[in-house]
Parts: sequence; C-alpha cells; structure tokens
Amino acid sequence: MSLPKSFLGYRRENGRVGVRNYVVILPLDDLSNAAAEKVASNTAGCIALPHHYGRLQFGADLDLHFRTLIGTGCNPNVAAVIVIGIEAGWTGRVVDGIRTTGKPVEGFGISGNGEIQVVADASRKAKEFVHWASEIQREPCDIGDLWISMKCGESDTTSGLASNPTVGNLVDKLDPLGVTTCFGETSELTGAEAACAQRAVTPEIGEKFMNTWQAYMDEVIEPHKTSDLSESQPTKGNIAGGLTTIEEKAFGNFQKIGKKTKFVDVLEPAEMPSAGKGLYFMDTSSAAAECVTLQAAAGFVVHLFPTGQGNIIGNPIEPVIKLTANPKTVRTMGEHVDVDVSGILRGDMTLDQAGDALIDMTIRTCNGRMTAAEVLKHREFVMTKLYRSA
Amino acid sequence: MSQPDFLVHDKADNVGVIVVETVEAGKQLSGLIMETGEKVEVKALDAIPLGHKIALTEMSENDTVLKYSSDIGRMTADAKTGNHVHVHNCKTKRW
Repeated sequence: MSLPKSFLGYRRENGRVGVRNYVVILPLDDLSNAAAEKVASNTAGCIALPHHYGRLQFGADLDLHFRTLIGTGCNPNVAAVIVIGIEAGWTGRVVDGIRTTGKPVEGFGISGNGEIQVVADASRKAKEFVHWASEIQREPCDIGDLWISMKCGESDTTSGLASNPTVGNLVDKLDPLGVTTCFGETSELTGAEAACAQRAVTPEIGEKFMNTWQAYMDEVIEPHKTSDLSESQPTKGNIAGGLTTIEEKAFGNFQKIGKKTKFVDVLEPAEMPSAGKGLYFMDTSSAAAECVTLQAAAGFVVHLFPTGQGNIIGNPIEPVIKLTANPKTVRTMGEHVDVDVSGILRGDMTLDQAGDALIDMTIRTCNGRMTAAEVLKHREFVMTKLYRSA
Repeated sequence: MSQPDFLVHDKADNVGVIVVETVEAGKQLSGLIMETGEKVEVKALDAIPLGHKIALTEMSENDTVLKYSSDIGRMTADAKTGNHVHVHNCKTKRW
C-alpha cells in the first residue's frame, strides 16, 4: 500500500487542522454543567462537556484544570466555544486562553444574572456560532498536519501480540511523513521503563522521562499502594485476559510506539507539544478516559485505541478508533470495533497488512467516517485531578 | 501453516500465549515463535483460556518468567512444561 499524502480536514485560524467541526459548550465548573447542557439541548450542532470539578482547586491542580479546559477549547476539532462559569473572572481566563487560537469564543457568568438568563443569552450566541461553523468546508490537508494520540485499554495478551504492534507499525510508517503522535500511561510502563527511556531521541530526554516516571512512583504509587497495585495494574479485566504482572502489561503497552521511532519530548499532562513534529510521551494516568481527555486537550485530533477484552471508551471531541486482535471480543462485542486484526493470531494477516488497514481507517475517520464510539455516543470527558481541593 | 494454538514472542521466552478459544488438558498444541518463525510443540497439562500463558519449559519457584525476552516476574510455585502460568503461580518482582 502506498502511504497517504493527505486527508480532508478543517483548517483553523491558527493553521492547525481538525477532523471534526464542533461548537462546544464548555462549563468552567460543576455548577455550570446544567446551563451548558441546556444550551446544547436548545441548539443543534452543539456539544456540552459536563465535568465534576473547578471549585476550590489550587496550585498545580488548578493549573491543570485550566490547561485542560483551555486546551479542549483550542483543539482544532472545535470550531467555536461558549464558556459558562459561575462567575466572570475564571470564566474570562478560559475565554482568553481559547481566544489565542483566533477562533470564535464567548463567556457567560451566572453570578448576578441567574441561569435562565445565561441559558437564553448563550443559546443565541451558540446559534450564531453554529450557523457560521456549518459553512466551513473540509479541504485537502498535508498528512504532516495530522496529530494522532494512542492509548490502549482492557488489554490482554493479544494486545501485546498484535493490536499494539499494529499501532506501532502505523507510527513507524507515519512518523517519517511528519505526523505528530503521542503516547502516555506513566504507571503502565513500569517494568519497561528502562527500555522506554532508551527510545528517547537524546539521553537528556530519556532522563526527563525517567524523572517523570520516578515522580509518579514516588508521589502517587508508593504512598497509596497496598501490597501491590491493588488490582489496578493489572486490572481485573487484564487478569481475566491472561496478563499476570505489570511488567508483562508494560512490555505489551510499549509495542504501540513501534520498533524504531524515537520520542522527541516529555509532556506535562495536557501540555501542547512544542518540540516540532514527532512522537511525544505525555505523563498521564493509565485510565482510558482521563488519558484521552488529556491528549485531546493537548491538541491531538484522532485517537488509536487497541483493546483486548473490549474497552468501549470514546471522547466527545476526539474520535477514538478501536482495534482488537481478540477473536472473542470481535465476536461478542463487534459493534465497538473499527478494525479487526485478529487475523494476525490466525496467521492469515501480517503485521504490515494490519498497519496498512489501520492507516486506511485512520484516514477514512479523519475524512469524516464516524467511529464505533461516535455512533454509539460515547463521550467520556474526564478531568485529571492531582489532589484534594482546598 | 494451519492456525497455531499458541504464539511465542521471542525465542528466549519460557512462556507462550494461547491464541485459540479452547485448549483442554492433554491436547497436543502447535506453536509459532514470532521472532524466528520456528514451530514448537507442547502438550497442555491444564485447560488454558485464550490469551493465557503456557509454560514452555519446566520452571521452579523463584525462576524468572521471560516474555518479549524480558523479565515479567517470578514463579511462586513450580510448573511443568504445559502448565498454565498465571496469577496462581507467577507474580511481579516489583512489590
């Protein structure tokens, strides 16, 4: 198969390219979810992103909250944004952050106005944004404008044998074309951390990765663990699928970055890449919705999700493409699967063919094909919280 | 070749992964080493589900389990060639 040179995307004001065209109604805080959902209900073509947080957070946790919300609004899959918050100050901070992209954005504070008034005003503005966004046309864009994120879930041994290496095959083929890619899951590299550090582009970046991994161990895992990772790593589902230890899971996970591609930098959660094109590692939880939400907030527009036992996650703004090599999952949960690579296990599909099939589905998805998770309305938007609120 | 019953990532590995849905105890299994393309034969001593590991050699308690040519944990009990290897006889070395 010859590799694709282009896809049909939406070129945004700042030059980035999206593959979806949403008008997002973004609540600043938990209190504003109701208003955001009412506006989205009033206005076709809008999507509300309710979440649980935004009150009494402080320090690095508050910084991450803002970075995630602003990054979500900045994502090129989003054409325009309405921000609704309980008060005008923090609402304005999110609006100002999104405005740097040049896209239309407007904020509404509930305090002093009441929710009914805000819903009316925001609905009128949302209607205006939708009319405008609905006339934006897809155009041919260079493959090097594509940003792809990756994370696996409900993994089993078939993930390490076939579906994760399929993603790795895609990464090795598309990296030379200038595609920007991202993997995460800090805790899930435990056991393969030294091998992972070797895949950094320089020893300094390798050391940055090891420091990030060690900090997660020291600050998150060690203080809170019981005898092991307490059925979290591996999960119950992983164990049912045959994965025994975190090391085994980590080496399987690690197949997603291919055999030769080097990572160019280590990102904070939801941090936008700034070291040019290439593969990035992001410090994230290994929980699917948290990880994908952070990657979408960093600007990635399409996600590759290999699964073994059948994780059904989606994301509201970033299409999630599922692939599996587990024939039982294909048979029993086929409606969640976009790409079936179980032929690798039967010996009737090569890894190279599977990688090509995934590239084909990725381009079709970018061009507009809805993924299984999109059709099934999976919109898991989950903010990462670093510690308890004040 | 016909469909393998199990796959082995690398030649150095001492476990393979069952890739068919039904393996009964006593069944003669054919496997494929993905690194080299070599075929291997093992008789299953346990019923082993799809995706679970089978011992390719005799192993003693505290032996290192190798997959991807890498250390993925230690045995917590002895196993014979063909036994099921999982949480009942294998554990991480980390904790």
